[in-house]
Amino acid sequence: MTLHFSEQGEQEFQSILGRYPEDHRRAALLPTLHLAQREFGYVSLEAMEYVASRLSLPTSKVLHVATFYTMYNKRPVGRYHLQVCKSISCAVMGAYGLLEYLEARLEVERGETTGDGLFTLSEAECLAACDKGPMLQCNEDYTGCLGARREDGTWPEVDALLDSLRAGRGVPVQG
Amino acid sequence: MAMEKILTSAVGVPESWTIGSYEKRGGYAALRKALQMEPAAIIDEVKKSNLRGRGGAGFPTGVKWGFLPRESNVPKYLVINADEGEPGTFKDHLLMELDPHRLVEGCIITGWALGMRACYVFIRGEMFQEAHRVQRAIDEAYRAKLLGENILGSGLTYDMYVHMGAGAYICGEETALIEALEGKAGQPRMKPPFPAVVGLFSCPTIVNNVETIAAVPTIIERGGEWWAEQGCERNGGPKMYGVSGHVRRPGVFEASHGVTLEELIFSDEFAGGPRLGKDGKPKKIKGVIPGGASCPVLTPEELGVRMDFDSMMSHGAASASKRPEWVDEQLWTDSLSWPGGRPRGTMLGTGCALVMDEDVCMVRVAANLAHFYHHESCGQCTPCREGSGWTARVLDSIEAGTGTERDVELLLEICNNMEGNTICPFGDAVAMAVRSYVLKYPEEFYLHVKQGGCPYPHW
Repeated sequence: MTLHFSEQGEQEFQSILGRYPEDHRRAALLPTLHLAQREFGYVSLEAMEYVASRLSLPTSKVLHVATFYTMYNKRPVGRYHLQVCKSISCAVMGAYGLLEYLEARLEVERGETTGDGLFTLSEAECLAACDKGPMLQCNEDYTGCLGARREDGTWPEVDALLDSLRAGRGVPVQG
Repeated sequence: MAMEKILTSAVGVPESWTIGSYEKRGGYAALRKALQMEPAAIIDEVKKSNLRGRGGAGFPTGVKWGFLPRESNVPKYLVINADEGEPGTFKDHLLMELDPHRLVEGCIITGWALGMRACYVFIRGEMFQEAHRVQRAIDEAYRAKLLGENILGSGLTYDMYVHMGAGAYICGEETALIEALEGKAGQPRMKPPFPAVVGLFSCPTIVNNVETIAAVPTIIERGGEWWAEQGCERNGGPKMYGVSGHVRRPGVFEASHGVTLEELIFSDEFAGGPRLGKDGKPKKIKGVIPGGASCPVLTPEELGVRMDFDSMMSHGAASASKRPEWVDEQLWTDSLSWPGGRPRGTMLGTGCALVMDEDVCMVRVAANLAHFYHHESCGQCTPCREGSGWTARVLDSIEAGTGTERDVELLLEICNNMEGNTICPFGDAVAMAVRSYVLKYPEEFYLHVKQGGCPYPHW
């Protein structure tokens, strides 16, 4: 096994273990998988084996949990993981249109990563930001209100977001 | 009517999430008061307050607390359900982001009242910012000796931890949430035993919603009777409501429990009415989902209802809608009522409403919801796992114009067979939601079948 937590990751792992009773070590599984994803980029089978060994669990149990929850990426994702909420409040505010717009702009389909490894486009279920729909989450940030696509087909707020990300400036702060 | 804001008092306050700001607003005074009170007296105040579970079920909080055994050889736990994910719901995130100390204070008071050892706040995996704020508030509380050993000299030793979910709607169900906390897939447990008896780590556990526990400091500070007076009968206190969708001013609003849905949507104090069309006139509302995706939809004629748990349960039965002659009479009658004959109303749910105007296709709405449920079904029970996907496929086919009248009947049959046949209420939620669109808007389904497609604008 070649994977190992970094020094900082190891510290965090020990702090995670401290949150649960000693005889219920398995409770650390969800946070440890989150940590593994941050450390290794995504939750590969190798990462699952590593987590299993650290928590003294059979790999099959880790696999069951890692595949049950959608936030664990079982494949590598781009530097910016764009997740469009397509649940009902966002849907009636134009989420499908936002997905189509992003597909066209990024030249990928939902679920795919751009050739330069910069963007992964995904669908997400309700992000609990229904008053600002359609909502887009970029890595750990919510974008705030993106407005609506104009009648001439343009969407300046989304273009500005993509430009900002491409330039390495992160998600623009919105009101 | 400028009501005093309690649960949303942090909105607009600079750095409201810090302990300094919270204490300036009177924070942690209730904890000091509570620590001087007998635990039983605190439970009594909460019972008197008519506070009801604000995750959607509306179960009286004081009564739930009463189920917890007083004496226990094993630790007792408080678990906060911060897995806000019911589509259309966006209130708890605001509390965690802007007023996390209110939640922390409520958790400590509850821990004292119920003799608990620790509290886990189970936050949705997607809510990084909220989790960060809650963790920061916990850290500040430890530094101020409000958490940890011998809190404020009371002898109470109490810890709080944040536990992040990982993307599964079902974890909002309390036993699935406990499974997830224990490091397993979030698949609901059979009840009984209820978590109050056998919960987290097989220990007695109370699972409460964020907004519910955030109400506790004010109940202790001002008394249960005061809280009860702020609401309506059997529904105490001010409540956080939300309005999203086709309105002028979507957002979270605090109002007395018992404000009407109509006021929330149309009043300038709240959502400000439907959005305007190209002609500058307000658009017509077609339907409103009153409290999250699982709540049966209401028509524009049904909005004059009080937003409390009891009024909603007996409101909005589809009995007024006329059976189309192409739907089997017995099937239609069975669909309108609960087994036993009581008409099916809607629900308050989380109190966050979604407004849909005339441009919206109700078949497509139902299909969107069905796909959501299909994606989120935990897969344990066959009726839910298969039924949610089946309704989604039938709805897709009707929306695409390849459905038949018989397919519309089939939807009702699937829903009626799913309901009551699963471990948790998820299956019921799918049935209640999908069925309500067929019962309330049968003419739209008919139009899709007859025209061979969707007559509404693409969205």
